[in-house]
Amino acid sequence: MASLKSVTPKGALKDQWTNHKNDINLVNPANKRLIDVIVIGTGLAGSSAAASLAEMGYNVKAFCFQDSPRRAHSIAAQGGINAAKNYQNDGDSTFRLFYDTIKGGDYRSRESNTYRLAEVSANIIDQCVAQGVPFARDYGGLLDNRSFGGVLVSRTFYAKGQTGQQLLLGAYSALSRQIAKGKVTMYNRHEMMDVVTVEGKARGIIARNLITGKLERHGAHAVVLCSGGYGNVFFLSTNAMGSNVSAAWKAHRRGAYFANPCYTQIHPTCIPVSGEHQSKLTLMSESLRNDGRIWVPKKKEDCQAIINKTKKAEDISEEDRDYYLERRYPSFGNLVPRDVASRAAKERCDAGFGVNSTGNAVFLDFASAIERYGNLEANVKNIKNPSPQQIKDMGREVVKSKYGNLFDMYKQITDDDPYFTAMKIYPAVHYTMGGLWVDYNLMTNVEGLYACGEANFSDHGANRLGASALMQGLADGYFVLPYTIGDYLSKDIRTGAIDTTSEAFSQAEQSVKERIEKLINNNGTKSVDHFHKRLGKVMWDKVGMARNEKGLKEAIAEITEIREDFWANVKVPGEVNGFNPELDKAGRVADFLELGELFAKDALDRKESCGGHFREEYQTKEGEALRDDKNYAYVAAWQYNEVPSKAKLHKEELTFKEVELKTRSYK
Amino acid sequence: MKLTLKIWRQKGPEDKGAIQTYPVDGIDGDMSFLEMMDVLNEQLIEKGEEPVAFDHDCREGICGMCSMYINGRAHGPKRGVTTCQLHMRSFKDGDTIYIEPWRSTAFPVIKDLVVDRSAFDRIIQSGGFVSVNTSGNTIDANATPIEKENADKAFDAATCIGCGACVASCKNASAMLFVSAKVSQLALLPQGDPERKSRALNMVNQMDEEGFGNCTNTGACAVECPKEISLENIARMNREFLKASISKES
Repeated sequence: MASLKSVTPKGALKDQWTNHKNDINLVNPANKRLIDVIVIGTGLAGSSAAASLAEMGYNVKAFCFQDSPRRAHSIAAQGGINAAKNYQNDGDSTFRLFYDTIKGGDYRSRESNTYRLAEVSANIIDQCVAQGVPFARDYGGLLDNRSFGGVLVSRTFYAKGQTGQQLLLGAYSALSRQIAKGKVTMYNRHEMMDVVTVEGKARGIIARNLITGKLERHGAHAVVLCSGGYGNVFFLSTNAMGSNVSAAWKAHRRGAYFANPCYTQIHPTCIPVSGEHQSKLTLMSESLRNDGRIWVPKKKEDCQAIINKTKKAEDISEEDRDYYLERRYPSFGNLVPRDVASRAAKERCDAGFGVNSTGNAVFLDFASAIERYGNLEANVKNIKNPSPQQIKDMGREVVKSKYGNLFDMYKQITDDDPYFTAMKIYPAVHYTMGGLWVDYNLMTNVEGLYACGEANFSDHGANRLGASALMQGLADGYFVLPYTIGDYLSKDIRTGAIDTTSEAFSQAEQSVKERIEKLINNNGTKSVDHFHKRLGKVMWDKVGMARNEKGLKEAIAEITEIREDFWANVKVPGEVNGFNPELDKAGRVADFLELGELFAKDALDRKESCGGHFREEYQTKEGEALRDDKNYAYVAAWQYNEVPSKAKLHKEELTFKEVELKTRSYK
Repeated sequence: MKLTLKIWRQKGPEDKGAIQTYPVDGIDGDMSFLEMMDVLNEQLIEKGEEPVAFDHDCREGICGMCSMYINGRAHGPKRGVTTCQLHMRSFKDGDTIYIEPWRSTAFPVIKDLVVDRSAFDRIIQSGGFVSVNTSGNTIDANATPIEKENADKAFDAATCIGCGACVASCKNASAMLFVSAKVSQLALLPQGDPERKSRALNMVNQMDEEGFGNCTNTGACAVECPKEISLENIARMNREFLKASISKES
């Protein structure tokens, strides 16, 4: 088994990427035509990687489980994408973006990767605009920006609350162009079931056609996983219903190390859970914290009155409100990073100040923003002595132009109108910083097997800042992987097409087949969702926003028990050979039941608090996260074990050349 | 609340299919329509029957995967929402609800409520893009200012989620709203200008080849579009197509 070599280039941070590109081997254009690459997933990372590789001349096969590549879950990203363009002249730079990202990640990411991300960010915006992505513009026709949490500049580009959609459709159009040319063969409604390795190298996959149920063998010289994150291990999350860990987990089973699984982002502003029937949670973009103020009542009797519906948010007077983020973190206020905002909400709700019947909700209030914008508009429109009503009306129009679709979405779900009353929000699982371990070239420790975007672990450390996921997905797919993969593929120009009749392919297909048959013939009594919900509850209660040793140990035991129960009692209806969404789901939940245990093990092992990983035993007197740089400044990369909590730990020590490790303070 | 569901069941593309009746109970107004379907499916699995197949993914109205024809309307009775954003508070206790798949020759049924919309992908492949490589050597994003009004209109057109409600709602099963949204987005932006003629011609041509019907300006598509894409886009596409056809002849 390969050891953890990050292959970080030598030299100063700012020169590393340029030097590396100059040093790596290239494949000449004629030879690229002899090389096949498989890309799994068609979100921002997958679509952009597939399109770019095809443009360069490689033969690409791309796979997605949805009915079209355009539906990958990147489509749902709302707020924006960061880039160090400094268009607002507020002192932004590559270094500042890098610094904010590495600090935001609580110094648990690889410095060289994070710097490269910041470096290529500006180019992403140029590229997307060239593709016709309609970013928001000002009246002068130039691009507009807004602010996100954890930073003091405006560097976020956006397209209303649909930035992910617009970026993904841009990448999808680039992909479509290559499909039309025949350089990409697209496999919709196909799921990757296994990675096939030959002599230690990834040489293809076993895929299942989700319409016919047939297993297919696909050979390639390299396999690139862009299969997203694993937030659905919690059952309830902001992820799409189909988002899953299976591709990454199969790679893990084939030898790829899984890094930092416990680093999960709990997003502070989501619509609270409303009942038992709930199937997913909906995010309200972080961009809302530009204008919304978060608060709970100071008096518990007011909370009770709100729950009993005898009072509304607007009935609570200003002096009886606790704007707890502004109180605790005066310099960043409502725009503290996500991990900090989430924990602060939990702290208030645990103390009994929640504002809905579950006790788990806080207010996100736009009343003062509406007032402020209304007054500005009155000045702009030269209205003397406007009435309070006029101010509110004009203010609401401005808020609508900024966040209209989010306000509509909120109203549809809750039946409350946020233009007139405060939103109720609560943290929910959103993004996973952990993922497959990759080196500087984005290759896992299995040769020829790559991971990009949310599927890898590399750029965000223990906490991702807002508007950085879109940046990373596109950076990996457009600008990093297409170069770095050439270094590896340059050794493959004489290999020829991969033989899919080999023993390795037969064995992999056979094991996939056996597993599917086991699921369908199990004849148990409980549905797949039954197990998924049980797993989710354990994860949320014991491996969620705050963790402790006792809870984590219990979680490991309980997940083991649920997994055993699953394989003994799960019932999967329908047939193997045909369209069977329950069967697809069963396979994914089976993998979550293994990942969940490793996740808890990783959280148990990391005896410090950092970013999205908060251990109750390790906190300051003020309740802030307490890092232990002396003992835990490493990436935890786990080697597969059938009993996930017995996985073997490999450490990649993190060294920082250009930043000083400090206590992260947003006060 | 208690409901009676009349759902289209069809084993596969070759099967004839029929409406079947299912009672459901214990439905809460805060449930989304798809969560109500989850409740039904849990019941069916428990009884050893096969659950109803339906497409869904993001469940927040943006992926465009969900696609039910509910009581004769695409995505149900409310305007500007997808099925996943439709909540059961829009229905009353005792209601009977008819649920069918999109119906169009160009969208063959795969199973139950699931249809094949790959025709939309092929239309985009025929020209719904700007031919720019991801070389990383494009010009600076602010080098070309774009009039805000055009940028905003392009954005409005670009919000199409490709769900196919326009096709399902049209008596001719026309895909003009879908195609015109992409043609408009790129025609309104300077980046799309160099290929505007070939794009309009090729995309319309592909649309015809896929078997979508023609537009007779009833406007049903725009009424049922969950993203409220405007009919203006169809007019713009017709102009683009006409201009391109004339200049091609000369």
